[in-house]
Amino acid sequence: MDLNIEQDLFENEAKLAEENRKLFKERGLMVVNLLAGPGAGKTSLIKQTAHLLKVPLAVIEGDPASSIDTDHLKSLGIPAYQINTEGGCHLEAPMIATALEEFKVAPRTLLFIENVGNLICTAGYPLGEAVRVVMTGVSEGDDKPFKYPDIFQNADAVILNKIDLKPLVQFNSSRYYEGIHTLNPDAHTFEVSCKTGDGMEEWVNWLAVKTATYWTE
Amino acid sequence: MHEQALTEKILRLVLAEAEAHHASRITKIRITVGELSGVVPESVDFYYQLIARGTIAGDAKLEFHPAPAVLHCIHCKMDFPKPPGDFRCPHCGNLGRLTGIGQECTVESIEVE
Repeated sequence: MDLNIEQDLFENEAKLAEENRKLFKERGLMVVNLLAGPGAGKTSLIKQTAHLLKVPLAVIEGDPASSIDTDHLKSLGIPAYQINTEGGCHLEAPMIATALEEFKVAPRTLLFIENVGNLICTAGYPLGEAVRVVMTGVSEGDDKPFKYPDIFQNADAVILNKIDLKPLVQFNSSRYYEGIHTLNPDAHTFEVSCKTGDGMEEWVNWLAVKTATYWTE
Repeated sequence: MHEQALTEKILRLVLAEAEAHHASRITKIRITVGELSGVVPESVDFYYQLIARGTIAGDAKLEFHPAPAVLHCIHCKMDFPKPPGDFRCPHCGNLGRLTGIGQECTVESIEVE
């Protein structure tokens, strides 16, 4: 006997993300889902942002293993909570809801979710975030939008990090931006160096406006 | 990695469906895999053999049906089938945008006894 199911496995992810969106709203949390490959500078961006942004900030860290980033953020006085995916390559919406049962974050906090370092799977699992940010470094190359179109297409902001390294690597800016603007004409783009602090002000100002808008909606 | 979580979802889904229809065994699972879904059928099969063992779906055969991707060109204002290994519009050469077609991973139906 044949039984029809016709269930898209990714459609269900959108429903779960919607539940999170309601939860974040109830708890007054402005949530940023930060997506990047391993070593692009996600934790460095959060550190710099926490330093410049005049809003309380907390972080949920997703890593296959270890609590290196969480320990580091806590040592700087930034509340942080570690999710270990035990080899899993992305965070899923219910993991965040479960984390927030234990991780007590005050209302009117900007909650960064530092996703697992991955430009593929993380794109397919929305977490209910208000803002989705994708970051790559110049050392990763200018071809990322062409190789990983999915993740760039759904981003609210795209950050190019490590611009201090531009003179040392072959990075064709016009090729990179051609890819991003074709895939996602509405994306806000920023160039920063988390090391020198260059470009951080523009990004933090944009995020501050997004956060204020979220809380007045 | 990705496929492990996905395979667990497939198994949960088919077991629930079979139970709802009081089936004693699942013999086949038909799954549509979009070209751009990021799902590797061989990997799903690999995990399936491990996690379905001992359930009424343990011997089920997984049947994968590939679904080609369709992209949209904002310059030519038209959809086009994704060329192999490329995202560019065959008419103007600009990058096409994703349409959702070819990104799905759908459990279509199961065969039960």
